[in-house]
Amino acid sequence: MFRPETAKPMNELVDVLLRGPHTLSPGERELIGAYVSARNDCVYCHTIHGAVAAHHLNGNEELVGAVKRDFEHAAVSDKLKALLAIAGKVQQGGKDVTPEDVERARREGATDLEIHDTVLIAAMFCMCNRYVDGLATWAPENPDFYRQRAAKIAAEGYTAVTAAIAYSTTSAA
Amino acid sequence: MPHIALPEGLPGITSGFAFRPETAKPLRELAEVLLRGPSSLPSAEREMIATFVSTRNDCYFCQTSHRAAAAHHAGGNYELVDAVRFDYPNAPVSAKLKALLAIAGKVQQGGKNVTPEDIQRAREEGATDLEIHDTVLIAAAFCMYNRYVDGLATYTPMDNKLYDEMGAHMAHEGYTKPAGNAAASA
Repeated sequence: MFRPETAKPMNELVDVLLRGPHTLSPGERELIGAYVSARNDCVYCHTIHGAVAAHHLNGNEELVGAVKRDFEHAAVSDKLKALLAIAGKVQQGGKDVTPEDVERARREGATDLEIHDTVLIAAMFCMCNRYVDGLATWAPENPDFYRQRAAKIAAEGYTAVTAAIAYSTTSAA
Repeated sequence: MPHIALPEGLPGITSGFAFRPETAKPLRELAEVLLRGPSSLPSAEREMIATFVSTRNDCYFCQTSHRAAAAHHAGGNYELVDAVRFDYPNAPVSAKLKALLAIAGKVQQGGKNVTPEDIQRAREEGATDLEIHDTVLIAAAFCMYNRYVDGLATYTPMDNKLYDEMGAHMAHEGYTKPAGNAAASA
């Protein structure tokens, strides 16, 4: 871990938004993260969060791929489609979100908290994607790497897994 | 009108913080570490990077509040902050800060836009790896804060005096302590 002081609040934010108590399932929230990361063309983020989403969704990697490619035609709820539409607007820029986008989500049953968290999850991934690619970090190619890491994250959370990786890197050095 | 029922009367990001304290905590702590934590880059310069990125993202609340914070760190020099905001290559700041602002501008567009040449230039001007890391992360973090503030259509005051007071609080008290009038934060 290059900068533990910034890793701490970032991991805490990710854990609250993607794994904290919520009316949206962790699988749905990870799908929003994977979708925004795919739109930002961040290979590491969209692959790892896609793998975590699949892990939460009974291993359904096909569904994750469908959401990334064309969520309006994917087999997810109308509410999640409306939230993904908002996330896609946030990815472009905050001002792109219209009252109509929010109205559609409400009509499909989304609460204010679900809309708030969708906006913040999308915004957070616009940070994480830029952080990862702006430093040109290494992204492994083997899909099994992501599946194994995803299983650990789903079981233990982002803060715990990042700490474990930092420890093993330090021990190896 | 904000898109959701945010607490009334709180400006910009502070209304989101009041709406969702669980996410406010790490969001505030990240701003505190990046903009006010121990660093070889002065807080004035880090706030200028934040202001510059927020200006590029056209987020009125963030660019105006961080402009004020930067000015309060720089002896009240709003002119210098505005020079950086609108035309940093010709602003009276160090060649190192210019190279870091160039990286921040690339990150604002997208992480992949940062080239080895951008990094090389920053190193030639004396930037350390930690300074480059923090520049990338400050720029990335403001691509989050800006989208959060505008994506919810939060209340944006237009009163300059209010921003000046907010900037003073941000510069001197920091981001983890809400202001008494609840008006000052990231």
